[in-house]
Amino acid sequence: MQLYLPIADLPVNVFLVLAMGAAVGFVSGMFGIGGGFLMTPLLIFIGITPAVAVASVASHIAASSFSGALSYWRRRAIDPALASVLLCGGVTGTALGVWTFTQLRALGQLDLMIALSYVVLLTTVGSLMFSEGLRALMRTRRGALPPRRTHNWIHGLPLKMRFKRSKIYLSVIPVVVVGIVIGFIGAIMGIGGGFILVPVMIYLLRVPTSTVIGTSMVLTLVTMLFATMLHAVTNHLVDAVLALILMVGGVTGAQFGARAGQKIRGEQLRLLLGLLILSVGVRFAIELVIQPSDLFTIRELGVSG
Amino acid sequence: MTRALLALLIVLLLAGAARAERLIVSVSNHRVTVTPNYSGEELVLFGSVERDAATPPDRTAYDLVVTVMGPRADMVTRRKERTFGIWINTDYRQFLQVPSYLALFANRPFDAITSPEIARRQQIGLNNVLLTQRVGGDYADVVPNDAFRSAFIRLRTQRGLYREDGSAVTFLTPTLFRTGIPLPAEVPIGTYQIEIKLFANGAFIGKTETAFEIVKVGFEQFVATTARQNGFLYGLATVAMALMTGWMASIVFRKD
Repeated sequence: MQLYLPIADLPVNVFLVLAMGAAVGFVSGMFGIGGGFLMTPLLIFIGITPAVAVASVASHIAASSFSGALSYWRRRAIDPALASVLLCGGVTGTALGVWTFTQLRALGQLDLMIALSYVVLLTTVGSLMFSEGLRALMRTRRGALPPRRTHNWIHGLPLKMRFKRSKIYLSVIPVVVVGIVIGFIGAIMGIGGGFILVPVMIYLLRVPTSTVIGTSMVLTLVTMLFATMLHAVTNHLVDAVLALILMVGGVTGAQFGARAGQKIRGEQLRLLLGLLILSVGVRFAIELVIQPSDLFTIRELGVSG
Repeated sequence: MTRALLALLIVLLLAGAARAERLIVSVSNHRVTVTPNYSGEELVLFGSVERDAATPPDRTAYDLVVTVMGPRADMVTRRKERTFGIWINTDYRQFLQVPSYLALFANRPFDAITSPEIARRQQIGLNNVLLTQRVGGDYADVVPNDAFRSAFIRLRTQRGLYREDGSAVTFLTPTLFRTGIPLPAEVPIGTYQIEIKLFANGAFIGKTETAFEIVKVGFEQFVATTARQNGFLYGLATVAMALMTGWMASIVFRKD
């Protein structure tokens, strides 16, 4: 069934988009991530312009992280204090990100920047996650204990604050900085950033695993809602019809993914996720290096009359 | 500007002769509606050449050129170049108020209808249509083989938005003619001008104009206009929709 997308300005097959939403939802439920880094590239590959894809995926991630955050809230697995400090940074970062997005679009370098960010971020995070998962897998094979966590330089920073539910005593500076960075790249790349945020919070900020996913979902939720608003107001690029189809597919797929994820061991899960992230990054890298079939592109600057 | 004045002068000079034939045309549909499952359609333009007493009796072989122009817009053509091993947009040209849809149809190849000089003046053929570029602070059309101009026409043609066809107009009788106007799925919305130019023995003898309109209807149109005009409300609605979907999902799939 063909449906005309009003903002993307092209007809798509509803079932194809629904299936894409469900597939990405499955993966995101399995790994406990938003899945924006898979959704945005998939939309670009079916012909939706990167700008519309990034802006519309923001609302899709908001929907899936809201349903996630609600269930974590019921389990008291969200640290409200930590979430609000993260949000201070997150909102600032998102505003900066959307502003940069608009500037790059005017310069005609937006598509390039999206592709470059994907290559750099995904190959880095993917290979880190992959090697970490591999090492963890070797350790469990050999039966060795995981290395003890030690305090690092981040815990020497001033402006310390006590986060009760997470039971940590931490400077607000790194928390705000993490929020800004995640908000910024999220707005430009159309990702929630969960797959970066969770490792950063665990390894760098030493947030306990009991509150890390719930809290990161709150940040994702608010930054993505804010990004949706800003993209809608400044760039008019949010395709609500596209977003709705993605949301419905996504939240359904996520439930089945979550069940499948419980059957796989943590290290294997990380290994798989690392591999997945890495392959998306490599896919973008190949696209940039090979000669495009057409060197010219046209962009309309708005129809008048 | 001088070119336009010159054209006007010639039209005025030819007006006496042009009165000899009259063109009567109509399109099959003056209002095309784009619905959710619109996948392109074809309009039909038909008309006849009306002769009167002033028409020279030996003038019987007519040639027609039909130009269909969609709503005008500014467009930017960008060129990628390899920089540090990757392909980056480096150079660009801005095209000012060019038609978003452009079709040129004739009953014979354009170069057989009239002389290159008249073809250029009457903008016959994609190579002769005026496409104004901003070159620095200047506004001008460039030579037809300019890299940006030809790339622009090639890309628009690939999308089915620019086309020329020297055999699309058929004469059913020596004076009765018809042509199809194909409108692709991603056709721009707005008012379309049609110009029909009549030639005999290579000389331009008159023209007439008509128009049709393409409108989006229904839900899509509503969404598109709201997004453009009430960005804030549209954003709020999208946000509310996201929250609703998320909330519904957490209820439907609640496990505890």
